[in-house]
Order: sequence, then structure tokens, then C-alpha cells
Amino acid sequence: MNSITGPPSPALRVTNAFKVFGRKPQEAVRALKDGKSRKDVAPMGTAAVIDASFEVKPGEIFVVMGLSGSGKSTLIRMLNGLLPMTSGSVHVGDTDISKISGKRLRQVRQKSVSMVFQHFALLPHRTVLENAAYALEIQGVGKKKRTEQATKMLETVGLTGWGDKYPGQLSGGMQQRVGLARALCSETDILLMDEAFSALDPLIRRDMQEQLASLQADLGKTIIFITHDLNEAMFLGDRIAVMRDGEIVQIGTPDEILTNPATEYVASFVRDVDRTRVLTAGSVMENPRAVVSISGGARAALLTMRQQQTSGAFVIDRHRNFRGIVTDREVMALVDGAGSDLTEILTRADDAVSTETALNDLFGRSVESNTPLPVVDEKGRLVGAVARATLLAALGNVPSSTDAIQIVVPGQTAGSDDGSQRPEIFTQEPSGEAGGTL
Amino acid sequence: MANDLFRIPVGKWAESALDWVIDNLGVFFDGVKAFFAQFYEGLDWVLTAPPFWAVIVVLAALAFWLKGWKLALGSIVGFLLIYGMNQWENAMHSLALVLVASVVAVIISVPLGIAAAKSGAVSGVVKPVMDFLQTMPAFVYLIPVLLLLGIGPVPGIVATIIFALAPGARFTELGIRSVDSEVVEAGQAFGASPMRILRQIQIPLAMPTIMAGINQIIMLSLSMVVIAGMVGAGGLGGAVYAALTGLNTPLGVESGLSVVILAIFLDRVTASLSRSKQHVAA
Repeated sequence: MNSITGPPSPALRVTNAFKVFGRKPQEAVRALKDGKSRKDVAPMGTAAVIDASFEVKPGEIFVVMGLSGSGKSTLIRMLNGLLPMTSGSVHVGDTDISKISGKRLRQVRQKSVSMVFQHFALLPHRTVLENAAYALEIQGVGKKKRTEQATKMLETVGLTGWGDKYPGQLSGGMQQRVGLARALCSETDILLMDEAFSALDPLIRRDMQEQLASLQADLGKTIIFITHDLNEAMFLGDRIAVMRDGEIVQIGTPDEILTNPATEYVASFVRDVDRTRVLTAGSVMENPRAVVSISGGARAALLTMRQQQTSGAFVIDRHRNFRGIVTDREVMALVDGAGSDLTEILTRADDAVSTETALNDLFGRSVESNTPLPVVDEKGRLVGAVARATLLAALGNVPSSTDAIQIVVPGQTAGSDDGSQRPEIFTQEPSGEAGGTL
Repeated sequence: MANDLFRIPVGKWAESALDWVIDNLGVFFDGVKAFFAQFYEGLDWVLTAPPFWAVIVVLAALAFWLKGWKLALGSIVGFLLIYGMNQWENAMHSLALVLVASVVAVIISVPLGIAAAKSGAVSGVVKPVMDFLQTMPAFVYLIPVLLLLGIGPVPGIVATIIFALAPGARFTELGIRSVDSEVVEAGQAFGASPMRILRQIQIPLAMPTIMAGINQIIMLSLSMVVIAGMVGAGGLGGAVYAALTGLNTPLGVESGLSVVILAIFLDRVTASLSRSKQHVAA
């Protein structure tokens, strides 16, 4: 029908998908399209998914997040046709799932979309290896080849040597690794994960999240991940769709959801999130202020520090590449000794953090450092600075309307709503016992 | 005493229906009769032709293999007691009847149960029919069966099958329906056909429940076989019936006790079948 083929064709496209359980689903959909609410159509049926539309790019982790009853499990089952949709369409590649059934639908499931389940859904009467190879068995792959491939996949998920055991003999985390191996074995491009880690202990869950993220980086699968855990969504998701009462209320990157919640509901959700895992150095950094060029020499550096009223400065070269940090004491000593070349006194050239570094990983370094942490982009260019105060402010619960973070600098109040004003970069005076003092 | 208000001649209708069946489907029932007679006589020959101790050894070995040495030992003692009470031949006739009836009942009821689990419509028909078959007093089955198939072991077998169908269909439906829906979904999600899901997921996972149903079939068959003694099915049922009509206490006790021993043996052996399957599944 309306098959728009955009240049980078999405791995999966959902268009105005509705799912209503009940006696008169079509009538309910018509009423919903006319603007009736979920409650209004209750006599006609339960509207589980209302007008869901989104695209998932190849190689993306797309997280659908919502509380139980929000329709997220129904939604994911519409993506591989386990539940036929009442209205709308789901395109896997170029195939419209809503228009096919029977054998052709099974073909799509075998070749394009596999699934990982909340309670693992392993076959208890088959060994771990046979379970991992099950998708291949369905595809009609010969025993030798599928055993080989399943063994390799079990190795990938860290279950070498467990192939002969039965699922009942494995812990929950290990069982879900088998579930993951089974899905990966089918070599589909798209992986649906329905609350895949929700039944696991928190520590194991964290482990699995990290493993999934690294697997995804290696294998480049397109993953649609369902969860009710916002921290999980924030950690895994390239983009997140927040669902409530069957409707998608916001789609955005973790950063957007966190700093710019679309509704009060989303805002109340993100209030409890562990920001340190979501926010990155790039998202909280300030403009670096005391920046001196390495070719400018010691006197120019001293001048800049005096003007900016700081006791240290970031040193960059002509390409804006970060080279190190100098402090006023050392520059002073250099000038007294009639020297001028800043390279002699550069310190902590390796201290720069990348824009992608999570705040979580900044605390230790920030505590050890008596200057703000320099932030560099992937080419090594200085793009910002994170002071201790910035870190602490970022952890505070910002109200939903806030899009910039208040920075409190000793002695004066910097920071602003639009963030255009450059705050002090050296908010903390380097202490006397700082290393490298001449 | 006749009713004053009204009388609905349901019984007469049933009789005419039965008459119609006898007149028109007689050939079919002759075939059924020949089939069951062959089946029964073959099995009966296997159980009665060898010396009694050989049969006991085989049955005890079966008990040992499925359950353990305790049941094996108990079986030997029990069967020796049956022999000692001069009920060996009768017991073997009854065992043959039970086995024939159970095998046929399983062959009919398990697929029926699967169909009922797969389709709500089939379930809607099968359930009330099974309720009807199970609650109708067992003796009533003997009348049409007797008229259709005459006297002998075959009408006994057929009446037994009808009576024992219900648990097989019910347990199978329950077992298949209570298979974890996520596991079934997993089969679907990887593109398995409904037949493959049934074969590789639903039946294996429902096996313990299905086996419990088969156990029930066998136990019901045994109880019905005794009743079938009234229509000349022979075996222990015949002995019990003879004891009842002749008020023969010694024969009643001995044949009754033999039924109990046979029942315990069959129950323990088939119950262990369902448990040993469960073990593999766990």
C-alpha cells in the first residue's frame, strides 16, 4: 500500500499499529482513531496497543519501556506475528507481516526475526546444546552443521562445556544465555527480547546487559528490547520508546528522555534513574575557559590565567588537540627561570576523558584531580571540561522543564538557563600538595 | 405406575435408534467384533499359553525395570497368591481384556484430547460427551453392546472402552493446555509448524499428565472388566458374577482379592511410567 522506501531503509517499521482484544476489535479501533480514549472503548474490547508507529534502524538497540499493562509485551508479539494486529502494518525489511500468515510468516520468523523470552522458554527435555540448535533444527539444517554452530554460539555466550546438561541444571542467568545463544544461532538480523533479563538477579542482570551490549557491538544485530526497568533501558538503548496505557508517549535517545521528558508521566519515571550511568561527559561538560596555545609560550599562559582568574590552564596545539595542563606555580617558575616553552612543564596529558565516558567513570578521576577534567572528542580535540561541581549538579534531580544544569562556583554564581555563558573552568583552586609543584 | 401429567418416551427413541443401527450397520459391527476377537485372543494366548511361572517372571521383570525390586518382589508374591487361589487363568483373561481395551481407549482418547486442546469448538463438543460417557451407569452400556455384539469377551471390551475413554481425553487436553505458553511461543517465534510444536514441545511436556490419564484408563478398564463379566466376558469378572449369583463366599473372596492384586500391579507400573518421564523432563 503506502510503501515509502526511504534511502536508509529501516530494519523494522511499524505504522499505526493497533491491537484490541475483545469482541468488537475493529469497531474499537475505529473509535480510537476518532479520538476516543482507551476507557471509552472498554465495552468493545481491551485496547492493548494504540496507534504505535516507529522505525528501527539496522544495528540499533531500540528499547520499548513501560510498566506492566502498558502493552509492551503485546507490541513485541506483533512484530513477529505471534499476535495478529487489529489494524496497521509491521514491515520487516520489505515484508509486511500483517499481510502474510502460515508458511510465509514462518519463513520470516526463521530467516529474519528471532526472539528471547522473559522466562527463557527452553525445552526442558532437551540438552542445552539441542536447545541452542533448535532454531536451526526448525530451519532444516543438518545435525552436524547445527551442532557445530550451536557449540560455537554457546562459546560466544560463555557456556563452553555446558552443552550436555539439561536446562533444569543451569542457573537462571545461564539459562537465559542459552536462550540468547538459540536466538543468535538462527542468524536473523532482528532480535526481539521480551523482558529478557527481568527474571534475573540484579548482579547477573547487569552482567547480561553488558554482555548483550558487547555482543551487539560485535555482531551488529538490530535489537528490540522490552523492559520495565528504566536503568536497563537507559543503559542498553540507542533510542527508547516509553509506553503508557497502550500508547507510545515518547521516543528519543536516553539523553533526550532524561533531560527533556515529553510528559509528566515520563518525568516521574526518570526521576529515579541512575543518572551516572546514562549521562556522559559530553552531555554535562562546560566550555573550557582557560585554554592556552602551546605555541603562545609561558607569558601568554600567565596572562590568560590572570584574566580568567584561574590557577591553571588547558594547553592545546594548533589543531585544538589537548596536550596537557599547566598550573600558575609552574608557569611562574618557568618564567623566573627565563624559560618559555610550555612543553617542559605539561602535566597529565593522559587525563583527558572522552565525550562518551559515563559520569559513573568520572568520579574517581575527578576526586584525584585538582583541576576540572578535560573532555576530548574522538580526534583528541579539547571540547569541554567537567568540574567537580558540574558532576555533583548533574546528579541532582532536575525538574522536567530544566534543560541546563545550575553550576554553583565558589565565590560567584555561574551557569545559566541557555548555557551560553561560559562558566569558570577552574572552580577549585589547586591545592598546595598537588604533584608536580616545583 | 404411569405418569399422570406427561411421559417422554426417551427410552423408546433410544431403542428404535438402536434397532436402526442393528439393521443397517450390522456389517460394520461384525467387522468390529472380528477385530476385537482376534486382538483379544492373541493377547490372551500370549498370557495363558506359557507356564504360569514364566509369565510371573516376565511381569516381575517389567515391574523391576520400571519401578524397582520392591514392586518386583511384591508382584511375585501377589501373582503366586493368585495362582494359589486358583484364579490364574481368570486373572490372565482379565489382564488381556484390560490391555486390549486400554490400548484402544488410548488410541481413541489421546488424539481426541489433543484436538480438544487445539480447538475450543472441539473441546466444547468433547467435554459434555465425555461427561455423559463417564457418568452414565456402567451397566447401561452393556445393553446396546450386548444387542449389537452378542455374548462373550468382545462386548465386554467395547463397553470397557466406552467407559474408559473420558480420563484419557480429559487428561490429554489438560496436559497440552497447561504446557507453558512461552515455550510454545518460542517454537512459533522460531518458525516451527503447528505439527512440529505438537510433536516436539507440547506432547513431550504434557507427557506426565497424559501418562496419568493412561493410568486412569487402565484402572477404569479393570473396574469395568469385572462388570463386563455379567455379559460373559469371562475372567475374574465372570468369577465374581458367579460368586454373587451363587452366594459363594470363598469364590467371591478369592476372585475379589485377585482383582485387587491385579489392580495394584497395574496402577504401580503405569504410575511409574508417568513419573519416570517426569524425571527426564525435570
